[in-house]
Amino acid sequence: MPLSGNPIRSKIRAVTDNTVTGLAVLATVLVIAPLVAIFVYLIYKGAASLNLDFFTKIPKPVGEVGGGMANAIVGSAVLLALASLIGIPIGIGGGIYLAEFGRGTKLANAIRFTADVLNGVPSIVMGVAAYALIVSTHISLIPFTGHFSAFAGGVALGIMMIPTVCRTTEEMLLMVPHAVREAALGLGVPNWRSVLAITLRTASPGVITGCMLAFARVAGETAPLIFTALGNSFWSVDLNRPIAALPLQIYVYALSPYDDWHRLAWAGALVLIVLIVAAVSLVRYVTSRGVLKGAS
Amino acid sequence: MSEIRALQPQIPPSQPNASSAASGPASPPQPHPAGPEIRKFLRERGNSAAADRSFQILMVLCALSIFGIVALIAIVLMMRSNMAWHQFGLKFFYTYDKDPVSGDALFWDPVNGHFSAVPFIYGTLVSSFLSLLLAVPLAIGVAIFLTEMCPKALRGPLAFLTELLAAIPSVIYGMWAFFILVPLLREHVNPWLVKGLGWSGLFVDDNPTGLGYVSAGVILAIMILPIISSLTREVMSAVPHSQREAVLALGATRWEMIRMGVLRNARIGIVGAVILGLGRALGETMAVAMVIGNSAEIHHNLLANGSSMASVIANEYAEASSDLHRSALTELGLALFIVTILVNALARILVWAVTRGAPAENR
Amino acid sequence: MGVGIEVTNLNAWYGSNHTLQDINLHIPANHATALIGPSGCGKSTFVRCLNRMHETNPIARVTGQVKVGDMDIYEDAKPVEIRRRIGMVFQRPNPFPTMSIYDNVASGLKLNGYSNKRVLDEIVEKSLRNSALWDEVKDDLKKKSGASLSGGQQQRLCIARALAVDPEVLLMDEPASALDPVSTSKIEDLIFELKSQYTIVIVTHNMQQAARVAEKTGFFLNGRMVEFDSTHKIFTNPSDKRTEDYITGRFG
Repeated sequence: MPLSGNPIRSKIRAVTDNTVTGLAVLATVLVIAPLVAIFVYLIYKGAASLNLDFFTKIPKPVGEVGGGMANAIVGSAVLLALASLIGIPIGIGGGIYLAEFGRGTKLANAIRFTADVLNGVPSIVMGVAAYALIVSTHISLIPFTGHFSAFAGGVALGIMMIPTVCRTTEEMLLMVPHAVREAALGLGVPNWRSVLAITLRTASPGVITGCMLAFARVAGETAPLIFTALGNSFWSVDLNRPIAALPLQIYVYALSPYDDWHRLAWAGALVLIVLIVAAVSLVRYVTSRGVLKGAS
Repeated sequence: MSEIRALQPQIPPSQPNASSAASGPASPPQPHPAGPEIRKFLRERGNSAAADRSFQILMVLCALSIFGIVALIAIVLMMRSNMAWHQFGLKFFYTYDKDPVSGDALFWDPVNGHFSAVPFIYGTLVSSFLSLLLAVPLAIGVAIFLTEMCPKALRGPLAFLTELLAAIPSVIYGMWAFFILVPLLREHVNPWLVKGLGWSGLFVDDNPTGLGYVSAGVILAIMILPIISSLTREVMSAVPHSQREAVLALGATRWEMIRMGVLRNARIGIVGAVILGLGRALGETMAVAMVIGNSAEIHHNLLANGSSMASVIANEYAEASSDLHRSALTELGLALFIVTILVNALARILVWAVTRGAPAENR
Repeated sequence: MGVGIEVTNLNAWYGSNHTLQDINLHIPANHATALIGPSGCGKSTFVRCLNRMHETNPIARVTGQVKVGDMDIYEDAKPVEIRRRIGMVFQRPNPFPTMSIYDNVASGLKLNGYSNKRVLDEIVEKSLRNSALWDEVKDDLKKKSGASLSGGQQQRLCIARALAVDPEVLLMDEPASALDPVSTSKIEDLIFELKSQYTIVIVTHNMQQAARVAEKTGFFLNGRMVEFDSTHKIFTNPSDKRTEDYITGRFG
């Protein structure tokens, strides 16, 4: 590239340019390296312990070898189901408001801003709040309150899903072309029906994607569960009692002094990361390959 | 008038086009099959004003739940930390009790009722600051590479990989850090830190575990990298191409174009991205809890064990030994809540100010 | 059977922009009426006032009276009810992308709660026949999505969708302007055939199109209706000089 002016200055500029390029490449490598390292190690340490037992048995008492994390996997499924039941409908409702009713209003802007800020609140704070609200308060009319329970954990996770689902739903609904809404209006379809059956339906691949993202995010959360769901060494799907969860179990086992439990923790971590990577990859596939038929 | 006739479009009296007669409806259009029944049915549907109203109200309620959640968390945290607030007041955050006999600091002694947030604030700040020190240059470097230098084909996969980094759960980061990163640092990095920078008093070789502020800082840096990087990319992409072209037209090298044409315009947003990363680092719990060493004290030595606000809550909350203990922990949680909200709000405003109206071109 | 439309002192605004000024006219039943005029003259706004679509824009305002048949559409009924009786075909074809051809045509009925399958099947077939699309899609009714058709086919699908609810009036806002000439002529044939069943109001940029399909034509300019008369008169012996200037191509 021809650079005008002082030849020495030009040389310095050229060298600087190349150095910066090198640094940028180095930075990228340094960033990708831990990612690769983590995956490699997880597979190396975890794959060996992944057997049928892992998926079908519950942990053995301390000192005994073997067992699995089946109860934690099932427990996580229960918690995530409850969380989704809470987080997805309310989140989609919020997104519908932002895109269809409140577009451009001050209220909508405030809600959007608050949702983004809420997303940044540490999950441990959610856990403390859920503990204070549900675990340590016995409200006689509302079941499941007053003690550690799967319900408390599910609620904590569900509340965490709401802002994410709300924002992604809004974004996807805004991508539906106005012409589609006009067509429904022109037919005299009532607004509520039009929003649900046409606008939301057109945006549904994107909306589902957003829900999956939120789901994957809370699937790996541990902090809100430590003093709500608490964990459980036995089979339990009871909403009214403490329940095991995969990330929670991994945490407890990893910090324990027993090698066998470490082994299980690695295996659990591998399972967790595979599920999350699968979800994130699927999301990427849906959004980037233009499978969003509606937004044409 | 004849002038008009000459200029007028050729119009036969209303007639279908001869050429397409064959493709028109094969016969005169049929009257509507269910004729009057359909009209009657539709006429009786009413205007569903009630259903529309209820639907709208329901959607508004869902949206307002966001406000409700923030309010609920704030209220319940304030209620539960009241006991500690009543007992210690604001001093909780900047002073600590001392042992009357030995003069030693009694930061956090649940058994005897001494509680102070100081060591945890210290630990949070130190580990977060360290993480920013490491993460910001790397994140900006990656962002520059991906937006300005990377060949188009690589951009998608590399961006995807950085997104994957953001998706890894904290507990897995913590586990990997505990079993692999910490020994690595202990064997290969810490000795060099002590040798080279020991003169500053910040690096003393008296912690054989390898846990501590530095380890926490490193794993935090890895965790906040994707956020800072992706937001910086978004902000850089929002800078219009015209800015880049203007600088290039003056004969600038690529780095100069990036520096003057892009970074300068995007710097407010980049600051916002960094602050957002800080917000994440402040509240990060599991990974920090697993590698910071969990000692409720202040140390100048960055290689010593410490504790952060989030990590102490995670470690002690479930089995808090007294109501005051739990209240003090809740107060820590409240402080964390307020601080992260403020930090995140500031960051969002900065990023929004730069990207407003400009769609992200490459994600 | 269609009904006539009586428009009295219609005024419309977009924010502070007085888009339509004192429009008075009578649109005859079971005829096709064309509205012509240069870009921005208000003809699209006018048509959207006839099915109360104009007011869906938050800064839009309307005063005046529009009577469709014996119903005052601004006083006697709510917008949703109006739009079930007055159908609209838009400039760019807008079939519902996630629905099959069948569901698209039936959408006006199904989404309003009608579920008699046998009747729906009949209505879908008749509507598609009436919009000259049946032969091309009859084998793929439920398999193909509305969006997978060509532009001209999509527009005929939208016409079929509008016809399926048996409206009394069919409004068409430049229905062929986004289509190729072959599709355009097919749609013009359609309009010609359909006007015996429905009252059709068609906005068009294309004067030849107006001349071909409509019995009456209205010329709009700057928000006012300059002249409204039989198509033949408008194009051979217009009363107003501005009309004459427009049709001879001096502007617009």
